[in-house]
Amino acid sequence: MSDQNDKILEQARQFIEAIPHSRALGMQMDEIRPGCATLSMPYDTRFVGDPRTGVIHGGAVSALMDTCAGAAVMSHPQAGASTATLDLRIDYMRPATPGQRITARAECYHVTRSVAFVRATTHDEDAERPVATATGAFTVSRPDKPKSEGQA
Amino acid sequence: MSRPKPEPVQQVKQRRDGALKMLVEGIPYAQFLGIGFDRRGDELTGVLSYDDKLIGNPMLPAIHGGVTAAFLEVTAIIELSWSYLWDDIEAGRIDFDALTPESLPRLPKTIDFTVDYLRSGLPRDAYARARVNRSGRRYASVHVEAWQDNRTRIFAQATGHFLMPARDDTSANG
Repeated sequence: MSDQNDKILEQARQFIEAIPHSRALGMQMDEIRPGCATLSMPYDTRFVGDPRTGVIHGGAVSALMDTCAGAAVMSHPQAGASTATLDLRIDYMRPATPGQRITARAECYHVTRSVAFVRATTHDEDAERPVATATGAFTVSRPDKPKSEGQA
Repeated sequence: MSRPKPEPVQQVKQRRDGALKMLVEGIPYAQFLGIGFDRRGDELTGVLSYDDKLIGNPMLPAIHGGVTAAFLEVTAIIELSWSYLWDDIEAGRIDFDALTPESLPRLPKTIDFTVDYLRSGLPRDAYARARVNRSGRRYASVHVEAWQDNRTRIFAQATGHFLMPARDDTSANG
């Protein structure tokens, strides 16, 4: 069981770290456990939305949360090895402080045979006040053939 | 009574294209992703030029969901800004020759953004158009859809709510 989990987690980590766009944004996986993932990315002036304020564009925050939510789904023992976003709603609470690293934490809190439900929160170096939150629905990959017993 | 002479078309185009360029180039993240805009009169189309760094799933391959979300959000923000700046642009009240970050008009702030992923984004250019459904003094609601090869095969759509920037003329005009 734990070996199986370790395999899933390692697969999810490898997948996330190989995503070209995640690499372009400098995303780093800080933690992964079944159904939960934490990803962070550095501040970069190329990702700014408004040069007058230096605040990171909402789209970059979306990219981090979408990736993090996907990682949470892939790390879930029931959700299968690959996933795609069906919908994602992002609420922006406050601008991220310029110069600070942003960190997203996602939890895949429910999985059916077809859909994985995820919520995520992003904060900067002030972990007490969220920058943005998200809720999303993701696809669950269906194995074509039933796998051997022991497969969750 | 003689009608005023129509403005030379080149002058009209220069003014509008200049204002659009200023808006888009004022967003570093839009530049990073390779987003540009086509203009026909006041109609804008966002263009996301394909690049390998936009890929989210190398196996398919497919454009990253976060890129799609950002492309839709940038298109919504530009369309909304464009719609409320249009009168200022036409009146020549925006000096786009002096292109400094400080001279840029304030952009609306995203309150929330909901993306609906309909099919995977293919590794090629994508296009998006936004429609301002409601634009009030403080809040606006904008819908945006994106497609690739076929205009009718939308691959993603989104609705967002935005906080409008404070207008300088609010006190003057009531």
